[in-house]
Amino acid sequence: MSLKRPAQDQPEIFEFNSSSLEAAKSIISNYPKGKQQSAVMALLYIAQRQNNNWIPLAAMKYIAKFLDMPYIKVYEVATFYSMYNLSPVGDYFIQVCTTTPCMIRGAGKLVEACKEKISKNERELTNGKNCSWMEVECLGACVNAPMMQINDDYYEDLDKEKTLKILDKILKGETPKPGSYRGRVNNEPENNRKTLMEFKNVER
Amino acid sequence: MLKDKDRIFQNLYNDLGSDVSSSQKRGDWVNTKEIINKGRDWVINEIKDSQLRGRGGAGFPTGLKWSFAPKEVGSRPHYLVINGDESEPGTCKDRDILRFEPHKLIEGCLIASYAVQAHVCYIYIRGEYFIDGQKLQKAIDEAYEKNLIGKNASGTGWDLDIYIHYGAGAYICGEETALLESIEGNKGQPRLKPPFPALIGLYGCPTIINNVETIAVVPTILRRGGKWFASLGREKNTGTKIFCISGNVNNPCNVEEEMNIPLKELIEVHAGGVIGGWDNLQAVIPGGSSMPLIPKDKCESLTMDFDSLVAEKSGLGTAGIVVINKDQDIIKCMARIARFYKHESCGQCTPCREGSGWMWRMLERMAKGEASKDEVDMLGDVTKQIEGHTICAFGEGSSWPVQGLLRHFSEEIKKRNKFDPIIKKDKNIPYLVDQHLLDKNA
Repeated sequence: MSLKRPAQDQPEIFEFNSSSLEAAKSIISNYPKGKQQSAVMALLYIAQRQNNNWIPLAAMKYIAKFLDMPYIKVYEVATFYSMYNLSPVGDYFIQVCTTTPCMIRGAGKLVEACKEKISKNERELTNGKNCSWMEVECLGACVNAPMMQINDDYYEDLDKEKTLKILDKILKGETPKPGSYRGRVNNEPENNRKTLMEFKNVER
Repeated sequence: MLKDKDRIFQNLYNDLGSDVSSSQKRGDWVNTKEIINKGRDWVINEIKDSQLRGRGGAGFPTGLKWSFAPKEVGSRPHYLVINGDESEPGTCKDRDILRFEPHKLIEGCLIASYAVQAHVCYIYIRGEYFIDGQKLQKAIDEAYEKNLIGKNASGTGWDLDIYIHYGAGAYICGEETALLESIEGNKGQPRLKPPFPALIGLYGCPTIINNVETIAVVPTILRRGGKWFASLGREKNTGTKIFCISGNVNNPCNVEEEMNIPLKELIEVHAGGVIGGWDNLQAVIPGGSSMPLIPKDKCESLTMDFDSLVAEKSGLGTAGIVVINKDQDIIKCMARIARFYKHESCGQCTPCREGSGWMWRMLERMAKGEASKDEVDMLGDVTKQIEGHTICAFGEGSSWPVQGLLRHFSEEIKKRNKFDPIIKKDKNIPYLVDQHLLDKNA
């Protein structure tokens, strides 16, 4: 269980813009008639995308009306799942995986880098910075450890130096290139591949 | 080593491209119609013959699971749900299937949907895999365009719609009933079983839930025959499996190998050996974080399949192998895993909600050497209070790794935690009482 608190400063109103509205309607059509409540998770994502990476309470109330379900149920969902940000996180939201497979390959150093460059505490927007960071549980890229996620992208095979460089770019407002930072290809064993060799470097 | 021609996931490293035309070159979607025309019973029997067991962790026989779906569709439609909520620490195999072999998965969805008589299939992907989910969506769109799925999918006369549902960072949604709750738009808290989802699942309708890897191997099994699949590995532990080798190895990687492969071969041949050499190995977590660790001396001869790991009081789980060498503090590693479970407990059952926090705090103290001797036994006691007393298997998943640590490394813990608060002469008083208050000489 983890504690999640809505932000102190909340906007009064929230409404989907036209592109969000279109996306929401297409999502609802994925589910059987009368089961539109299933779309609540996707709609919260849409609201989060529209509202600069976080979900205000007004958006939850709006979604509750939109899906014809009680507000408390939307609130329940938004607070249960960890990927819904209930307070502002900045344009770039950095999530560092620190679960055991990453930990034993040095995820602690990535956390150090974030503390040096961004802020001492997690989920903190300080000095008008455009980003915040937090430690998260396993992100499912264990063979590319240590790694972190920035918004939707995975940054893999990192160390402290590489993380500092990535963070520098972000602080300048640039989006760094996602993927492996040791130049390795996907999940193959680096310089040690023994399988499917006939396809390696095949012309596509 | 498994021969390359027997590998199901030829594009595991994305050498060949994941789009529909390159997938077709590899043999996907080639004779889907003929396979389906052989009929439902043939498909299920062939899967039963292959002895395919679920790749999501529990290892339930897939053919048997499919046969639980009602034979006749009544007033309630059937659903197929694919579990791609891969969140087990140490596991990253489904991600590669989603992004590099999406058409194997989609074709598997069509065949499985036909076998269990479902017209709608939901693929539940963890929210963090958004980019990989987009790649799968692209593949689904391609399949619709070529009429491989949709109305009269692949010319088989069967209608199938596939939708992706994204999770939002809850490990517990990998539990099948929690996953259904999540699709229904609720908190992901597991349901009591029975009723089992095969009869009352999504929206109260019969639902079959399978892991991504399980479904993705189905088309190849049917093409090459259940006998071929059963000829790999050993009895009841057949076929191939994607192993994820992470942690303190020189070349962490995903690799598809035969079941029953020796653990040492996986680590030494594919992952380039343990950092600091084999002698520097401390322990291995063989199947994702919920499976008890295995100390070095047993790793020498260990083979990786469901039954041989159960014999070692561990399990194959998702086959996410985490290698821990002697440079690591094993108690700290386990304390971190306990923190993971404390964070991910859904909070529904008290033993798990409270116990996972207890275990974490005790292990943190033990890592620092601040625990008392008696707490080692107390910790074992706590794990037993959680295990088997919860609605879902999360209770087992959180307590097994701690039990594994106590089983193999209790000497290490006791060496570090020598603090003994009990006044010897009042030994009969239970350890929970603050005994120093009873000291008559104070």
